[in-house]
Amino acid sequence: MNGSLATWLYAVTAAPEDGAPPRGLTGVADEPVRLVESAGLAAVVGSVPLEDFGEDALRGHLEDLEWLERTARAHHRVINGAARHGQVIPLRFATLYHDDDRVRAMLQERRDDFTATLRRVAGRTEWGVKAYVDPRSFLPDPDEPTDGEESPGTAYLMRRRAQRQDQETAHLRATERAEEIHAALAALAVATAAHPPQDTALAAYEGWMVLNNSYLVPDALGEEFTALVTGLGERYPAITLEVSGPWPPYSFTAPPKRAEDAQPEETPS
Amino acid sequence: MNQSSDWNPPVRRAGAAPEPARRGAEPSSLADILERVLDKGIVIAGDIQINLLDIELLTIKIRLLVASVDRAKEMGIDWWEHDPSLSSGARDVLEENERLRRRVGELEDGRGAHREDDHGTQGAEREDER
Repeated sequence: MNGSLATWLYAVTAAPEDGAPPRGLTGVADEPVRLVESAGLAAVVGSVPLEDFGEDALRGHLEDLEWLERTARAHHRVINGAARHGQVIPLRFATLYHDDDRVRAMLQERRDDFTATLRRVAGRTEWGVKAYVDPRSFLPDPDEPTDGEESPGTAYLMRRRAQRQDQETAHLRATERAEEIHAALAALAVATAAHPPQDTALAAYEGWMVLNNSYLVPDALGEEFTALVTGLGERYPAITLEVSGPWPPYSFTAPPKRAEDAQPEETPS
Repeated sequence: MNQSSDWNPPVRRAGAAPEPARRGAEPSSLADILERVLDKGIVIAGDIQINLLDIELLTIKIRLLVASVDRAKEMGIDWWEHDPSLSSGARDVLEENERLRRRVGELEDGRGAHREDDHGTQGAEREDER
């Protein structure tokens, strides 16, 4: 039976003094979560059956939304649970090793990176902020209807063009407001990261998502940050702000050395 | 998702929310979790290689699933049914479905070659507008 298991990794954390795994957590395969320690670090892991988590099986499962939802939530739940016991570095979904020895070797090998990253995010928390707008609230005032002598076809085309231009204006206006909001929030954060606007079907929203960012905020400023979001929501009544968190620092643990890779920090969405 | 032809999509949240800022509900939204666990978090090349790099492909496939009308209703995403501006919601969804299928095909043919216009589908309605 042992041969048919793989080790699924959730997070890396500093090895706890008592060596005890976070209690009561179960993972993506309902397996008990345990720790694999090496080099002063601990990987939060679980043993999962290859039958379900081997390469081919995973590839198939990934297209099953129910499976993906269940499993992604389980992955997140373990990371979140581990984060209650100390600073964690979340690992990407579906990081799998053949066995624990391979995990120890990896911890050993990447020890310096992990240690530096843990130091960087210590005492800081990720918050997500999204901004939604109803495009109609940002439209320019409607122009006088042109009731000239144009043929219906021309009138239609002109109307379409005007709509398109209004649309662009609305988008620009909404984006400018979103950038102001972002600047205000960023003032309380030590780092920011932009996510693409979420899929409308998946996230079940309508209108435009003009901001979808993560902010790495010092723990001491957490209250102030969420209060600021509320305040900004009041200052910009045409924009609906939504804050999520606190999150483990998912968006801020990538190695900082990928400058040519279009750093997420500066991408306004 | 399918407003490219008619641009005033119904808005459920913006302006309608009684309070302008909301504390994210627990449990977190699936979209929030997916964008983090699939797209963020440190990448370590494990022993079992799963190509998660094609997030776009993955999300499109998910969207295909969600966009099929019955499935969407099941998940409570049925706003088009109640919106008079979308005269035939079902047809729109089918068109959207068709468009997404083509995109999946393109992506599968040239994996990763499309990262640049990556947002073409995810932010489709924004892109269409520009």
